[in-house]
Amino acid sequence: MTTTTTEPTTGSTEPAGEATPARKRRSGGGGLGSYLLIRFLLIFPTIFILVTTVFFLMRATGDPITAALGGRLPADQLAERIREAGYDRPLITQYLDYLGDLLQGDFGTTLSDRRPVSEVLTTFGAATLELSVYALLVAFIVGIPLGMIAAYFRDRTPDALLRVFAILCYATPVFFAGLLLKLIFSVWLDWLPVAGRASTIAEIQLQSVNNPTGIALIDAIQTGNGEVISDVLQHAILPAIALGLLTAGVFLRLVRTNVIGTLGTGYVEAARSRGVPESRLLRKHAYRPALIPIITVMGLQIALLLVGAVLTETTFEWRGLGFQLSQYLQARDFVAVQGIVALLAVIVAVTNFIVDVIAALIDPRVRY
Amino acid sequence: MATAAPTPEQTGRRRSWRRLPVVHQLRQSVGLQRGMLIAGLVLMGIFVVTAVFAPLLAPYEYGQLRDAQGSFGAQQSPSGDHWLGTTVGGYDVLSRVIWGSRTALYVIVIAVLLSIVLGILLGLVSGYFGGWLDRVLVVIADAVYAFPTLLLAIVVAIVISGGQSKMWGGIFAAAISITVVFIPQYFRVVRAETVRIKAEAFVESAKVIGASNRRIMTRHVLRNATRTLPLILTLNASEAILTLAGLGFLGFGIQPTAAAEWGYDLNRSLSDVSSGIWWTSVFPGAAIVLTVLGLTLVGESLNDLADPRLRTRRRAADVPEDEVQDAPAGTPEVAAVPGGTLSGPDGVGAPHTGGTRA
Repeated sequence: MTTTTTEPTTGSTEPAGEATPARKRRSGGGGLGSYLLIRFLLIFPTIFILVTTVFFLMRATGDPITAALGGRLPADQLAERIREAGYDRPLITQYLDYLGDLLQGDFGTTLSDRRPVSEVLTTFGAATLELSVYALLVAFIVGIPLGMIAAYFRDRTPDALLRVFAILCYATPVFFAGLLLKLIFSVWLDWLPVAGRASTIAEIQLQSVNNPTGIALIDAIQTGNGEVISDVLQHAILPAIALGLLTAGVFLRLVRTNVIGTLGTGYVEAARSRGVPESRLLRKHAYRPALIPIITVMGLQIALLLVGAVLTETTFEWRGLGFQLSQYLQARDFVAVQGIVALLAVIVAVTNFIVDVIAALIDPRVRY
Repeated sequence: MATAAPTPEQTGRRRSWRRLPVVHQLRQSVGLQRGMLIAGLVLMGIFVVTAVFAPLLAPYEYGQLRDAQGSFGAQQSPSGDHWLGTTVGGYDVLSRVIWGSRTALYVIVIAVLLSIVLGILLGLVSGYFGGWLDRVLVVIADAVYAFPTLLLAIVVAIVISGGQSKMWGGIFAAAISITVVFIPQYFRVVRAETVRIKAEAFVESAKVIGASNRRIMTRHVLRNATRTLPLILTLNASEAILTLAGLGFLGFGIQPTAAAEWGYDLNRSLSDVSSGIWWTSVFPGAAIVLTVLGLTLVGESLNDLADPRLRTRRRAADVPEDEVQDAPAGTPEVAAVPGGTLSGPDGVGAPHTGGTRA
C-alpha cells in the first residue's frame, strides 16, 4: 500500500517535464521513460474524444434550456433564456467556446441551482472519495483472503462456494444489494441507520468544525467527540459494504485465477519439491506475484466504482457527486449532467494513467 | 486422410454439432465446472421461457391497476390474489416481474446483435487494413472502453429519448446506449485476433491465389477471429441487464404503463424499504440477480474451459479420442483472454495493450 500512495506523484511529474519524445523513443525503444510519456500523452486524446462525444450527443437533442424548462415557460421567455445563454449560436462556435472554457477548468454552470459545476465537485467530491475508499477497503479485506482460500481449495467445496459468492457479488446490482442491506440491518434488526452520512445532531457538530474537509470521518475526528465519530462510522458501514462487495467479487476471482497460475510455475514447483508445505507456498511464494494484476485492474475498477458510487449514493442518500448527479438527472438539468460526466471522464483518464504508471513501475513486463 | 475415415461425411456431421460453442464446452467440462455451466444454462433457459411466455404466465397485465373486483390497492402484502403483493403504484408485483423479463430480453437481443455486428465489422476492417484508420479507431475504442458504462448510457439515453419514454423508445434507448459501450470490447478482441491471423500462412496463400480482400476477410479471417465471442456475448448480456436496471433505477427507465422494467420498480420501492415493505424490492431484485447469475455462470464456465490453466482435467483414461485432438486448438484462445481475466462486469482487458500499440 505504501507504494501506491507515493508513486503517483513521481510518475505524473516525470513526463510532465516534456522530456524530448523523439530522442527518448529512439534511444530506448521500450524503456520506462518512453512508455510513461506515451501513456501520459494518450490522456489528452482520451479526454478530448470523450468530452467531444458527450458535447455533441447532448446537443443533438436540442438545447438544454428547452429540455429543462420547456412547457413551463412561455415561448418568448424561453427564446430569451436560450439567447442569453448563447444556445442559439452555431453549434461549432458553442463547441469551441466549450473547449476553451474546459481548458480554463470551467465545466459550465448548472441550470437548476446556478452553481459552477466545479463547485459541485469540490462540495460533493469529498463524500464520493470517502465512500470509494471505504469500498476499496472492504474489497481488499474481503476479496484477497477469500481469493487465496478459493485457490488453495481449488475445485473442492470451499472453492465452489466462494466462486458462487464472487459471482453473486457482481451479479447483484449495487442498488439492490444496498436495498437488501438496508432492509435487514436497518429496518428489521435496527442496528444501523437507514440513510445519510450522519444523524442530524452529528451533522450540526460536523459543520462547526474550523476547516471542514468534507470527508465526514476526518471532520468527526476534528470535533474530538467520540459519539460523532461512531455515528459517522455507523452511517458508512452499509454503503461501504454494498459498493465494496461488487469490487470484492472481482478481486476474489482475480486472486484465485492468478494464485492458481503462479502455483503451477517453476519456482513454486521447485519450492514444493524441497518440501515447503502447501500453505506456506501460498502465503510466501504465490501470493505476491498474484497481486500485480490487481493493481492493473484497479484502473478499470475506478470506472466501475464511480458508476457504483452513483447508484449507491442514490440508494443511501449519501450526499456525494453521484447523488447530486441523479438529482440533476431528475431535474432534467443536462448542463449539470454534461459537466459532471465530463469531469468524471477526466478523473477516470487520470486515474487510469496513474494506475498504469504504478503497474509499470512494479512489473517490468508491462512496459514493452 | 481419405482412407482413414470410411464415412467422412457422417463423422463430419457428428463432429459439427459437437463443435457448436456451448455443446462443445459442455462435453469438455467435468465435475464442478460442468455443474456451474448446467446451472447457468438452466437459469438462462428459465429466463428466456419466462420472457417468451410472459402473456400466459403473468396473472395480470404489467400496467393493470384493477380487475373485476375493483382496484388492486397500493402496497398490499402478498396474498392469494396477488402472490407477491402490489407495488406503491398499485401494480401486481408478480406480473411486473414476469413482464420485466421480456423487456430485458428485448434489450439484450438488440444490444448484443448491434454491438456484435458493428464491433466485428470495425475490428475486422481495422485489424486487416491497419494504417491510420486503425490507429484512430483504437484510440477511440480505448477512450470509450475506459469510460464508466452507465454514465455513457445516461448520455445516450438523454439523446435518444430525452430521458423518458414509451416501450420501444425506452428499449432502444437502453439497447443503443449499451451497444455504444460494448462495441469497443468486440472491436478489441476481433482486431487483436485479425492482426494475429493476418500473418498466418493460409491468409498469405489466399492472397497469392488472388482472392479479394473481402473474400479473405469473410472466409479466412472472420471464421477464425470469432472463436472467443460466445464468452464475451454471455458476459455482455449480463452487463446489458445491469445497465438497463441502472438506467431504470436512476429514473431513466421505461414508463410503468409502457412496459415493466425491474430497475424502475426497484427505484419506486426505495421508500418502501424504510417502512419495512420488502416484497416490492426483493422480487424484481431477485429476478435481476438470477438472470445475471445465469448468464455469468455460463460465461465464466466458458472462460475457464478456454483457459487450459483453469480447466479441470478429466483423468487420462476418461478422455475420449477427439478431445485429445482439441487440446492444441484451445491454446490460441488464451492469447485473447489473458489469464482468464476478460469479462463483462470487470472488463479486464489490459488497458495498456491497445494504447501502446497505437
